[in-house]
Amino acid sequence: MGAQLNVNLQDGAPFPLNVQLSCAAGEILALVGPSGSGKSRVLRCIAGLYRPKHGKITFGDVVWYDAANSVNRSPQQRQIGIVFQNYALFPHLSAIKNVMEALGDRPYSERCARAAELLNLVNLGGLANRKPTTLSGGQQQRVAVARALARDPNVLLLDEPFSAVDKATRQRLYRELTDLRRQLRMPVVLVTHDLDEAALLADRLCILHHGKTLQEGPPFDVMVKPATPEIARLVGLKNTFEGRVIEHEVNNNRTFLGWGTYTLVTSHQPNFLEGSTITWTIPNAQVILHRPDRPSRGENENPVSGIIVEFVPLGDQTNVAIAVDGVSGLRLFMNVPTHVAQRNDLAVNKRISVSLLATGIHLIPLSDDA
Amino acid sequence: MNWPSLILSLKLAVWTMVVLLPIGIVLSRQLAWRSFPTKGLLEAALVLPLVLPPTVLGFYLMITLGGGSPIGQFYEAVFGRSLVFSFDGLLIASVFFNLPFAVLPMRRAFETIPPEVREAAACCGLSSRRIFWRIELPLAWPGILSALVLTFAHTIGEFGVVLMVGGNIPGETETIAIAIYDRVQAFDNAAAGLMSAVLLVVTLTAIGITYSATSSIGRRNP
Repeated sequence: MGAQLNVNLQDGAPFPLNVQLSCAAGEILALVGPSGSGKSRVLRCIAGLYRPKHGKITFGDVVWYDAANSVNRSPQQRQIGIVFQNYALFPHLSAIKNVMEALGDRPYSERCARAAELLNLVNLGGLANRKPTTLSGGQQQRVAVARALARDPNVLLLDEPFSAVDKATRQRLYRELTDLRRQLRMPVVLVTHDLDEAALLADRLCILHHGKTLQEGPPFDVMVKPATPEIARLVGLKNTFEGRVIEHEVNNNRTFLGWGTYTLVTSHQPNFLEGSTITWTIPNAQVILHRPDRPSRGENENPVSGIIVEFVPLGDQTNVAIAVDGVSGLRLFMNVPTHVAQRNDLAVNKRISVSLLATGIHLIPLSDDA
Repeated sequence: MNWPSLILSLKLAVWTMVVLLPIGIVLSRQLAWRSFPTKGLLEAALVLPLVLPPTVLGFYLMITLGGGSPIGQFYEAVFGRSLVFSFDGLLIASVFFNLPFAVLPMRRAFETIPPEVREAAACCGLSSRRIFWRIELPLAWPGILSALVLTFAHTIGEFGVVLMVGGNIPGETETIAIAIYDRVQAFDNAAAGLMSAVLLVVTLTAIGITYSATSSIGRRNP
């Protein structure tokens, strides 16, 4: 226990793969990327189901794969646990027999007892003798998790394990995984295209795009401080604009940013030359509505005004897009609680003003090759 | 009633199934999951017995297995008798012309096993052998069974190839189908009718028992 998984892969067709990642014991690493980014291929490489052209995969001191020295341990030897996207349960075996298959050559009674224990762990105690086809999607997923854990795996691999269940079940499975993970002491690699899911479950995110790992870090950092405009787009930061660094004020620990006719204050971000053109982003949640009925001191912080051009209520939250005065053709996006939107009579074509929180503004080099 | 011919037919059918079971499984797994350069050719060759008139296939087999061929000469040197016009030759011919009936359903059965299920088995630590016995075989079993039933039925019913390779030696190569034809040629319609009826009942019973027995196994352990 306590060993770390290190992965370094390069591969060719169908599209190039260039991946570096590591996952410590007890850590959940989410490998996030749009479909077709190569996430599943990376997972299959770790599992030993696919051989990349180049690279090395190690678990602690043990080399699992080394293209240069022709080392390739079989999936059986790697002793991993994997949950496939469609679970890949053995359709002819009951839930408990599915788990028992993964328990090796131990005596029957011992395997039976351990499998029952694992099914209890995933809250499936009463359904041990049911065939996979008679189980719901969520229940099948639990069987797959129990089966993956049966080998006491060195590494647990989860390939989009929540994509085949409905939303309510998914929420319940999230909670269960969060509970379960306290008992897991191995590295866990979760592949998903859902950023929110990754942020909820993972300790670290690794963004994968076109087969390349772009940025790795704690979920919050990656999601609000993307390293490149491309990552900003991938993590769904819609408020991505071009601006110009006007001045750094080291003493006051702040940087001034020119955007259209506005001068915005941001936290001090000294890596950008004064006068240089940059990209900047701000999360939707860091755009704050000014309320005519309750003015506050915060309104002095980067005030911006404009006309609402889009107003989309989505349950509790309402998405609002603003055409900002003085910055033609650009839209600023924000989320407002729906009741706040109602109380303030927000609607299309209404004029509003908002604040861009200085701490939320993040500067990024203009091009992707930084 | 020509019992020896009926027994010979049944014996030939059973042996053909026994020989084709492992051959069919090996071939169909390769065709289902692997891709190799000569795959297209192999697939075409496998279907040939369905397309060619049985007499053509029988003719080639007769030439290949006959005393003039290396195979025939080798067999004669080792066993001291000719391969054609013997039960062994008949069995070899029967295996060849039944290949598509065995391989096509088996291949279909193995193809329907999702690749992830086999991968999951490997990731569960099951050896290739164990994956075959515990996962693949139970899942492919219905297809394998229909392959065997088809083989059985087709062997009982085959006429042209048997006549070309085996001839018409009572007790050695005269199958029931040939015996019936023989009786009709001799204007002995009563005997032909009796044999036809017996053949019908025997095969129907055999296949019926196989199906119902395995489907009840299927209910216990599908």
